[in-house]
Amino acid sequence: MEGYLALAVKAIFVENLALSFFLGMCTFIAVSKKISTAIGLGISVMIVQTITVPANNLILNNLLAPGALAWAGFPDVDLTFLGLISYIGVIAALVQILEMVLDKYFPPLYNALGVFLPLITVNCAILGGSLFMVERGFDFGESVTYGLSSGFGWALAITAMAGVREKLKYSDIPDGLQGLGITFITAGLMAMAFMSFSGVKL
Amino acid sequence: MAHKRREMLTDPLVDNNPITLQVLGICSALAVTSSMQVALVMTIAVTLVTGFSSMFISMIRNHIPSSIRIIVQMVIIASLVIVVDQVLKAYAFEISKTLSVFVGLIITNCIVMGRAEAFAMKNPPIDSFIDGVGNGLGYGLILMLVGFIRELFGSGSLFGVTILETVNNGGWYVPNGMLLLPPSAFFIIGLIIWAFRAWKPAQVEEREYKIQSVEAH
Repeated sequence: MEGYLALAVKAIFVENLALSFFLGMCTFIAVSKKISTAIGLGISVMIVQTITVPANNLILNNLLAPGALAWAGFPDVDLTFLGLISYIGVIAALVQILEMVLDKYFPPLYNALGVFLPLITVNCAILGGSLFMVERGFDFGESVTYGLSSGFGWALAITAMAGVREKLKYSDIPDGLQGLGITFITAGLMAMAFMSFSGVKL
Repeated sequence: MAHKRREMLTDPLVDNNPITLQVLGICSALAVTSSMQVALVMTIAVTLVTGFSSMFISMIRNHIPSSIRIIVQMVIIASLVIVVDQVLKAYAFEISKTLSVFVGLIITNCIVMGRAEAFAMKNPPIDSFIDGVGNGLGYGLILMLVGFIRELFGSGSLFGVTILETVNNGGWYVPNGMLLLPPSAFFIIGLIIWAFRAWKPAQVEEREYKIQSVEAH
């Protein structure tokens, strides 16, 4: 249990997907103008991340890993090179299914999050989460924890960023820095703030 | 025609740069720039993937039903990225370890998808290839620039060759350790954008709110 807690804290603060690995930056910069939309997108990322990381973990361990196909009579087959295409396929399919399920059974939630779901397929944070899961060799329990907490970390970062940007639009910024430039510098300052968590260990 | 193609190649370098103006593909731009060598490999990888994926998508653009076009594009891009990934693992294993997940993340790099959607779906293969390569190079330009600043001032070397002898090795240069850490990449890109826009004022964004000077009574 302690192991999971440590992993979660590490994924949320120390190794925040957005601010220390720069994943999902395109959407992070583009959709952080208003707090309400940022929260919506953050929640969608969290949900999708919690589903896709464990799903990809199952696919890796039961289909792609060396020797994983032994039950089908192919003990020597190693399909890990198909990893990338399978993960992105799983992500695209799951996002599509999630969209349909929400539309059918939870219409209010669909109305709130629907516009963000297509954006998420091409969000690097989602694919990045799965790739980190592979690289670090998480088991199923760890990948559930990692998916949930890294998604939460990303949501936290984009919400904080939107809060800063809402205030920032009233400030007097040099012409050339207007918009994108100052957004980058703000993100840099936030990344520095998040770095101060790096000594935290549980 | 030849003139137009040259423009297609050079336009994304400064005037319509994917990173500073179109806000595409920033994810990997920041993460792989702590040394020039890695940035160069990443530039080559992205340029090849963008060029060839645009070309292949453009070749079959009239046969793709629009409802599943994203998935078709995704499959083409992912296959190309797998090729790049395997080649890197075979011939440049050290670098592929440093790049870790970022080679795989070329798949979701918005430049590749963005050019496929915006250009390759409407134009013939050769033009699409040139457009893809141009945008890859525009991305690479920023990547190399950031890599140059970060490696030179962060560890006193370029491509691993020592330029400024650091204090630790008995030299005079005190390296700026901050430049090797993630946040510095944000600052450098922010400043590069500022420089670009000071040079080309047409790229400056509109203010949402104007601050009026108060008249003295």
